Amino acid sequence: MRTLSYTALALLVLALLVIPFVPQLIYIVFVMKTLCFVLFACSFNLLLGHTGILSFGHAAFFGTGAYVTGQLVKAYGVPTDLGILAGGLVAAVLGAIVGSLAIRRSGIYLAMITLALSQLVYFFFLQAPFTGAEDGLQRIPRGTFLGVIDLRSDTALYYVVLGIVAAGLWLVWRTVHSPFGNVLRAIREHEPRAISLGYPVARYKVLVFTISAGLAGIAGSLKAIVFQLAALYDVHWHTSGDVILMTLLGGMNTVFGPAVGAALVSALNHYMDPFGAWVTVITGLVFMTCVLTFRQGVVGQLGQWLRTRRTPAPSAKVQHRSHAQQQH
Amino acid sequence: MDIFGIPIQALLGQLMLGIVNGSFYAVLSLGLAIIFGVLKIVNFAHGAFFMLGAFTAFLLAQYMGLDYWVTLLVAPLLVAAFGMVFEFLFLRRLYGLDPIYGLLLTFSLVLVLEGGFRVAFGSSGQPFATPEQLRGTINLGFMILPLYRGFVIVSALLVCLATWFVIERTSLGASLRAATERSELTQAFGINVPRLITLTYGVGVGLAAFAGVLAAPIFHVNPSMGSSLVIIIFAVVVIGGLGSIMGAIVTGLGLGVVEGFTRVFYSEFSSTIVFLVMVLVLLLRPAGLFGREEG
Amino acid sequence: MPAKHSFKTLALSSALLGLGGFASAMASEGYSDGVVRIGVLTDMSGIYTDLSGEAAVEAVRMAVEDFGGEVGGVPIEVIHGDHRNRADTGASRAREWYNNDGVDMINDLSNSGVALAVAAVADELQRHAIVNSSSNIGLTNDYCSPFVTHYTYDAYSLAQGTGQSIVEDGGDTWFFLTVDFAFGIGLEEQVSQVVRNAGGQVVGAARHPLDTTDFSSYALQAQASGAEIIGIASTGADAINAINALAEFGVTPDQRPAALLLWYDDIVSLGLETAQGLMLTNAFYWDANDQTREFSQRFYERTGRMPNMAHAGNYSSTMHYLRAVEAAGTDDATAVSEKMRELEINDFFASGGYIRPNGRMVHDQYLWEVKTPEESEYDYDFLRLLATIPGEDAFQPLEESTCHLLNGN
Repeated sequence: MRTLSYTALALLVLALLVIPFVPQLIYIVFVMKTLCFVLFACSFNLLLGHTGILSFGHAAFFGTGAYVTGQLVKAYGVPTDLGILAGGLVAAVLGAIVGSLAIRRSGIYLAMITLALSQLVYFFFLQAPFTGAEDGLQRIPRGTFLGVIDLRSDTALYYVVLGIVAAGLWLVWRTVHSPFGNVLRAIREHEPRAISLGYPVARYKVLVFTISAGLAGIAGSLKAIVFQLAALYDVHWHTSGDVILMTLLGGMNTVFGPAVGAALVSALNHYMDPFGAWVTVITGLVFMTCVLTFRQGVVGQLGQWLRTRRTPAPSAKVQHRSHAQQQH
Repeated sequence: MDIFGIPIQALLGQLMLGIVNGSFYAVLSLGLAIIFGVLKIVNFAHGAFFMLGAFTAFLLAQYMGLDYWVTLLVAPLLVAAFGMVFEFLFLRRLYGLDPIYGLLLTFSLVLVLEGGFRVAFGSSGQPFATPEQLRGTINLGFMILPLYRGFVIVSALLVCLATWFVIERTSLGASLRAATERSELTQAFGINVPRLITLTYGVGVGLAAFAGVLAAPIFHVNPSMGSSLVIIIFAVVVIGGLGSIMGAIVTGLGLGVVEGFTRVFYSEFSSTIVFLVMVLVLLLRPAGLFGREEG
Repeated sequence: MPAKHSFKTLALSSALLGLGGFASAMASEGYSDGVVRIGVLTDMSGIYTDLSGEAAVEAVRMAVEDFGGEVGGVPIEVIHGDHRNRADTGASRAREWYNNDGVDMINDLSNSGVALAVAAVADELQRHAIVNSSSNIGLTNDYCSPFVTHYTYDAYSLAQGTGQSIVEDGGDTWFFLTVDFAFGIGLEEQVSQVVRNAGGQVVGAARHPLDTTDFSSYALQAQASGAEIIGIASTGADAINAINALAEFGVTPDQRPAALLLWYDDIVSLGLETAQGLMLTNAFYWDANDQTREFSQRFYERTGRMPNMAHAGNYSSTMHYLRAVEAAGTDDATAVSEKMRELEINDFFASGGYIRPNGRMVHDQYLWEVKTPEESEYDYDFLRLLATIPGEDAFQPLEESTCHLLNGN
């Protein structure tokens, strides 16, 4: 199993590295966009899959990153690398604020507070003169990275985006596989017990909100640089819905399931063009099928399949227990 | 006499209009609250069922020549039937699971319904005439109110009260409430809980469809007509307290009025104010205005 | 002896072959990948599907077919894509089309955010983009480019058409119902300026969020203002709901409604009963004259609907582009751009129309009034012409444009 996953990972990394050299196979800007959503979805899942918190307004962080970076780079000539950092930081601060308000409640109430706060953020960006409302913040210069790499070249930008996204994903992985991540899991599974064990649960929740928001902000910043624009859609609740769907499709119980989900949704949107108005219907049907049958998501389902294949005909009792274990 | 520079007559007029809109919100939130209370499902498709109601009325009128009063009755029934089929075939597989799945399934249903109608009818929308008997206006002194809008208030409130009555004061309602709180026990008493649940979903979406038919003559009938409404209705139900019938009705009316006044003083904010109110309410009153804190 | 003969024949035939090959190479030389490819980037699945969508693609196809399907010996190909009203999707698709798929010109571009984004891409990659259904005047000001053409209308022409003509007609106090979006506010500001310059007065405005369904409150505010003219600075469902509410509360017809951006399709949605008396500026109407009727009839047969001004613009602009390509003898963007700005446009859409150095296509605009149900004699007989605004007066004067391509900028 280990060797299989390591080989798969190595192949994936190799494939990602050669993307710029095979434009006939796949379009580089599409891959960059997908990478941004991969980071977005994985950061979102820190809250949902690992801490059990549904953030229904995650687009607020994504869009804040995009707008902040865009404005700094375009209007104030800030170097791109600092701009992206700033976008992530502002998003993280926003995440801390939203988190500290939202965690006073739980479950659906928490989700609704995040939605309401993101609607307030949307209104702010709608009214702010620098965003250009529905016209969007246009013609954001790509600038240079670390003063040396000229990002106007799609290839150069691609490797920078790949590097940053990889770093972000590593941070997600590290957060999950750490004592901090263990506490988050404890909070998800049985919060009262975690509290009784003496963990400052509220502080942990705000912290994971901050990290998740910051990474989502970086994803937004990257997207703003790739497309050289930031638009209202980036802070709209539809985008919050998109990331939830991506996570579901990929599997919320795994660290990188959402990444696969993001890739699938991006591909769906990109390649379904010929279907015109039917795209919405087909997308809806795909998600319905997923919710009804593949609730573990693609990665979760794959993982389960591989596990059952490895263990030869386990007894019914054992199977039932391991099935139940996966059911959170 | 002026308040903040607006003559009191104008404010009374806005109050009246607020109640008209509030009636819509009340009927819609009522349906959503019932569904959440019994099924514990966040019915994201509520706006789509609203749209479905309006379109069904349009189609019945257009292709079967049915008169408005008939469609007011028939369209919600048809949509309720569709809702019950959906619940029976798909939604019920998600009970007992994390509520997020119900939310996601109904969200996908929105894509299918809105997308499907857009394919079939385009994005422009359909004309829908106000019924003959309700054209014209009444002079209330401080304003001239179109007769139809007055009708909206009356019929919406009647439906809300009737629903409240059934749930709180009849044995059917009692079974429903019992099924919400202790479903196995209720089942043990011989009540067919699954069937009750299907019926509830039907009633909930039927209410949304009823609101849709009411809206058809005055709001533009198009496939997206419910999409911006749905998160506002959620906010209303949450403010009122999830599962509280009276909460949904009162908050719905209240929001209509609040929005109305916002339209006078800071109109750009009028579709966002509900969210500000929700944040404030949830932080001060944990379970909403009328809700009961879940254990 | 035979060897000598065959050698001569060989030499001669080789020479002929060579010449022939050289000649055919000459014919397709100058046309990238030997084909002229046009991409129609429009909203195929969202709220503007009816305004552009599939019908826009058909309009372009019609133009290509009427042109003969080929130019300078190379075929013309039409592809289409969905921008979903998202600027990044549109920009991404445009980039892919220009870089990977050999697209020479992108048409339609409904939605300002998309149009602005694609204009940036077109300018950078030096390919053509024609915008037919966005009102943003930035396209001919700060965001102008030799490769970007703003064709059918813009906010300025809408303001001139509706604002100027109505004030001249005596409607000099205005109240606006504006959608709280850049395009709505822009329209309100443009028209306000026109109204004030013409000696009128703006007595008030109410800005509503996008997707407002209930306009009763705003109708009352408009009524209270006492303004003669109610300017509706929104479009689509918002405009329709606003107009409905104004009629329902008896605000109109006493106070006259002026729709600042109303589409033919919106009138169909409203129905004549409600829409009667509405004034609007549209660059094209199917029933204006024999030529427009001829085009519209053919369009109707293909799509099942009458063309609106964007569809007509799609057709006309595609024709103009192809004529420019033919005149230039190549699909190289710079050469075509020169020809596009040099040649005149004379068809059912415009007479004496031309494209200015900043990309603005100038042609006459028209102010229409919606007929009453009694006046309407046949299907789709909706509009009556109130005034014609000459192109020179309808569009922003060149001196005011901030386009960097113009002298002095």
